[in-house]
Amino acid sequence: MGVISNGTTLLDAGALDSGVATGAMTLIKTLTASSSGTLSFVNGASGVVIDGTYKEYVFKIINIHPSASASFLVGFRDGGSNYDATKTTTYFRAYHQENAGGGVLAYDAGFDLAQSTDFQDLTADSVITDNDSGISGTLQLFFPSSTTFVKHFKANINSIKAGSSPEMKNSFSSGYCNVTAAIDAVQFKMGSGNMDSGTIKLYGIK
Amino acid sequence: MAIISNAVTMADAGAFSVSLGSMTLIKTIIANDSDNVTFVHGTSSVVIDNTFPIYLVKVISAHVDSSGSGEYLRYNFRDGGSAYDAVKTSVGFRAIHTENDNTATLGMSGQVNQEAGFFNFTNNGISVDNDQNHSGELLLFNPSSTTFVKHFMGTSNVGPTETAGTTAYYHDGYCNTTAAIDGIQFSCTGSGSKIGAGIFKLYGIKDS
Repeated sequence: MGVISNGTTLLDAGALDSGVATGAMTLIKTLTASSSGTLSFVNGASGVVIDGTYKEYVFKIINIHPSASASFLVGFRDGGSNYDATKTTTYFRAYHQENAGGGVLAYDAGFDLAQSTDFQDLTADSVITDNDSGISGTLQLFFPSSTTFVKHFKANINSIKAGSSPEMKNSFSSGYCNVTAAIDAVQFKMGSGNMDSGTIKLYGIK
Repeated sequence: MAIISNAVTMADAGAFSVSLGSMTLIKTIIANDSDNVTFVHGTSSVVIDNTFPIYLVKVISAHVDSSGSGEYLRYNFRDGGSAYDAVKTSVGFRAIHTENDNTATLGMSGQVNQEAGFFNFTNNGISVDNDQNHSGELLLFNPSSTTFVKHFMGTSNVGPTETAGTTAYYHDGYCNTTAAIDGIQFSCTGSGSKIGAGIFKLYGIKDS
């Protein structure tokens, strides 16, 4: 039975009518850290979709709190079970300290990758473990299902660097997985220790 | 007929009353050896007017077909008439890193002042590799205003570049016109170059 209002079909055959404008950003999965060594989004597992359904996927990272002072990392899977897709990336950041030190915008070649299978550093340096601190930001992955093109990604992450004066850091890391195999999974982890708490949400963009 | 559930009106007068999301897909264009990709208000279901305060274009794996390396994607805005020639002042900066690790830089690049020409969606030429492509996005704010200049903000990734690496490009500015912007066009640098493939999506962002 269809639902028709004012002559316009809104619902029919168990779904919204195709003429109804719906949101283009769909929440696919939320993972909540709880002393977690990794948080992994794997196509086909636990309701996760990372395939040709969407041409862009967006991860929202919300207050990931680390158990130890370490970097926050991301890896991509291009077949098999390892998160070791070969990447070439850039990394630059702006930082400013609570004591007014810093105030710098610059490239940091210590955290980019050149044809490396390592995880990409999203924060650089070790983030602070104070109870009120966390890591937040966004990672975008474009057209992971393509078997023709390299796969671009970009991240913009806020974190606080541990040190004599806490340092606000805004990190920009981006690049491509230099593979034509599909990317079907994304994994987040700390360089050491666990993610005590926090959430990461995966969205598909229609 | 209204649809009311638990005293809440879900739909009435032919439309839903409840939120179905604030980001609305307006139009998808698939490039296929295309001279350009163009979103024009009032054409092929495209809306670029005061329906939304913010418009977003997603560029996904746009591949430049060229006989030589060094070309790249660019864009422009229409502010009346048929030409894509809105006068723009902009900033651009980019981070570059090559696969051989020889180059790793951050710097200003490609900014323009009061120019009507096309603006770069990236600012580092693409290679001729089959797997090269551009991906990114472009935000356009309040294009229907006849009071204010029109700000735009873009970010893009491109690679492998002609120097075998990746470039992250950030490009922002304003169309220095109080005329409404009603069209956006993407094309390639270099005569004869085409957008061989790619997905271009136009979204509207609701304000209520």
